[in-house]
Amino acid sequence: MSNERTRILVVDDEEIVRESLGGWLEKDGYFVATAPDGAKALQRLEAEPWSILIVDLKMPGVDGMQVLEQAKKRSPELAVVMMTAYATVDTAVGAMKLGAYDYLVKPFDPEELSLMMQKIVAQQALLRENAVLRQALKQEYRFRDLVSKSPAMQSIFELARTAARSSSTILVLGESGSGKEVLARAVHQESPRSQGPFVAVSCAALTESLLESELFGHEKGAFTGAFARRKGKFEAADGGTLFLDEVGDVGPKLQLDLLRVLEERKFHRLGGNAAVEVDVRIVAATNRDLKKAVQEGRFREDLFYRLNVIPILLPPLRQRREDIPLLVDSFLERLSAEMKKPLEGVSTEAMNALLAHDWPGNVRELRNVLERGAVVCAGSIIQLPDLGLPVRAETGAPAKAGPLSSLEEVERRHVAAVLSHTGGNVSQSARILGIDRVTLYNKMKKWGIRRDGEENSGDR
Amino acid sequence: MGPIRIGWVGEGPPDRGLLGHVGKHVARAFRAPVETFEAPGAPRHAFDPRRNQHSSGEILKWLLPLAPAGGKVLGVTDRDLFIPILTYVFGEAQLGGAAAVISTARLGDELDLFGPRVVRERLAKEAVHELGHCFGLRHCQAPGCVMGRSSSVRDVDEKGAGLCSDCRGRLAGP
Repeated sequence: MSNERTRILVVDDEEIVRESLGGWLEKDGYFVATAPDGAKALQRLEAEPWSILIVDLKMPGVDGMQVLEQAKKRSPELAVVMMTAYATVDTAVGAMKLGAYDYLVKPFDPEELSLMMQKIVAQQALLRENAVLRQALKQEYRFRDLVSKSPAMQSIFELARTAARSSSTILVLGESGSGKEVLARAVHQESPRSQGPFVAVSCAALTESLLESELFGHEKGAFTGAFARRKGKFEAADGGTLFLDEVGDVGPKLQLDLLRVLEERKFHRLGGNAAVEVDVRIVAATNRDLKKAVQEGRFREDLFYRLNVIPILLPPLRQRREDIPLLVDSFLERLSAEMKKPLEGVSTEAMNALLAHDWPGNVRELRNVLERGAVVCAGSIIQLPDLGLPVRAETGAPAKAGPLSSLEEVERRHVAAVLSHTGGNVSQSARILGIDRVTLYNKMKKWGIRRDGEENSGDR
Repeated sequence: MGPIRIGWVGEGPPDRGLLGHVGKHVARAFRAPVETFEAPGAPRHAFDPRRNQHSSGEILKWLLPLAPAGGKVLGVTDRDLFIPILTYVFGEAQLGGAAAVISTARLGDELDLFGPRVVRERLAKEAVHELGHCFGLRHCQAPGCVMGRSSSVRDVDEKGAGLCSDCRGRLAGP
C-alpha cells in the first residue's frame, strides 16, 4: 500500500514541531504540508482535500478544538489527531466527543505515531473501497435518471424496461413531483426510438383550442392569427415519443380527437383536409384519479382504456423513504457537477430531517430542498439549517409531553414555520395558510414575526 | 558517486572495529568509496538538559561542514538522540542532503543478551537506512528492505541489511 495519496496537514504554532513532524512523515512517503495557526489551517482545509489532520490543541487565536470542530463539519471522514503537551482526561474526552480520531502527548513515542498513521491509512483505504462498492451498487439501483432500491420501484423499473421495447401506450400515474416525466424520458431513452425526438406537452397549461393547435398543428388561415402552416407536437414527435402530461385535464372535444389519433395513428391539422400519418409512441401521465373521472363522466371510458395499456403507478416519496439517502447522493452528485462546487453529502442532522419530512412535493421537492442547501452551504457538507426545512416540532401537533399551548400560540408558531419554509415569501405563505396577504401581514405585525419566520427580539 | 565519510562523534572512546564494519556495509549498499575521519571533538552543544538527550537536528547542522565535496558524512555516536516531536530516534538524516547521524544508545539490550555483534549489525542497518535518506530514498514497504521504517529494535531486527531492487533502481536514477 503506497502512502503517496495520503495527504497530511500538520498544524502547530511551533516551527520546530512542524518541521520535525513534517520531515518524519515525509520520509514515510506521505504528502505533508504545514500550517502555523488555526486560521491558516482552516483556509488550507477549505482549499484542498486532506486525509489526516494533526493539530496542536493549544494555539493562540483559533485553537486546536475549534479547528477540529470546523474540520469535522466540513469533511467528516477526515482523521483528526490532536497533539497536546499535557494529557488531561478532560481535553482528551472533549476532543473525542468532537470527533477526533485520537490524541498524542508530545513528545510522541515513534512506534505509537507510526502505528497510528498505518491504522488510519488502512481504514481510509477501506472507506475508499466501500465508496467504490457503493457506486457499483448505485448503478444496480438506477434506471436512467431514476434511482431507487425500494422493491416496488425495482418492479416498476423492470416493467418500464420491458415496456420500452414495445410501442404500446404507457399511462404513468402518480402524485405531482413523483417523477412521471423522468420515467417517460427513461422509457424513451431505453426504447428503440431513442434516436428519435422526445416531445413533452403539458395538457393543463393551455386552453382547449390552443392545445388542439399545439398538438395537431394548423394550416395557414385555419383561424385568426394562423398566418402560416405550423406542425404540431404529434408531427414533431414522429419517430419518437410524445409525452402527454396532465392528460386528465384534457377537455371533452380533445379527448375525442386524442382517441382518434390513438386508434388510427392519423390526424388532421386544424383547417386541413389531408390526413397526416405519424409513428409516435405515447406516454401519458396524470396525477388525477382517471377511473373516478370515468365513473363521474368527466373522462371518456374508451380513451381511458386506450391510454391504460401499460399503467405504471409511481409511489409517493413518503412511501419509499428508504430511497432518500440514495436520492440525496444522486442529486448532490449532479448538483455538484452543475454548480462546479464540491458537495460530499449532508450532515447526520440534515439527513435525519430529510428522512422525517413528509415530502408533499415528492422527489421534485427533495431536489429543490437540496439545491437550496447546495447553494447556501458554506462547506462541502450541507447542514440542517442550509436546507430551510420547517422545524419539525413546529409543523405538527405539540409534543405530547410538553405543556399544552393555546390556539393562538399554535397559530403563531405555524405561521412562523410556514414563513421560514417559503424563505420569507409572503404571497406563497399566505396561499399555503389559506389566508390573504393582508391578513398574514396583520398577524406578523401582531406577533412580531419577521419575513424569515424569526421573531423580533424583545417583542414577547 | 562522491565519497562517504564516517566518523565517531560520541563521548566514549571510538570503536574502530565498529566503524569499519559499518563502513563495509555502507560501501556495499551504495557502491561508493568510504573513508573515516577524526571529528574535531564532540557536538556537546546538541545536549538538551531538560530531555537529557542530544538533538539529532543540531548534530546534523554541526556535521554538514565536514561532508566531502559531492559526498556524504555520517556521524556515529553513543549518545541518545531525539527530534523535538519524538521521544527518541535511532538516527536522523537530511532527505536528499549530505549529513546523517546514528546512535548506538538504543540498539543494545538492557540485559546485553546478544552482545556487541548484534548491536553492530543493527547499527550497520541504521547507517545504510539513514544514508539512504541522504540519497533521496523514502521509507520502503517492501518486505526485508533496509529502508523500511523502524520505530523499535524489533523492527530493525526484522528487516534485512540491504536495499531492495526498487530502492536500488531509485538510487541509480531514471
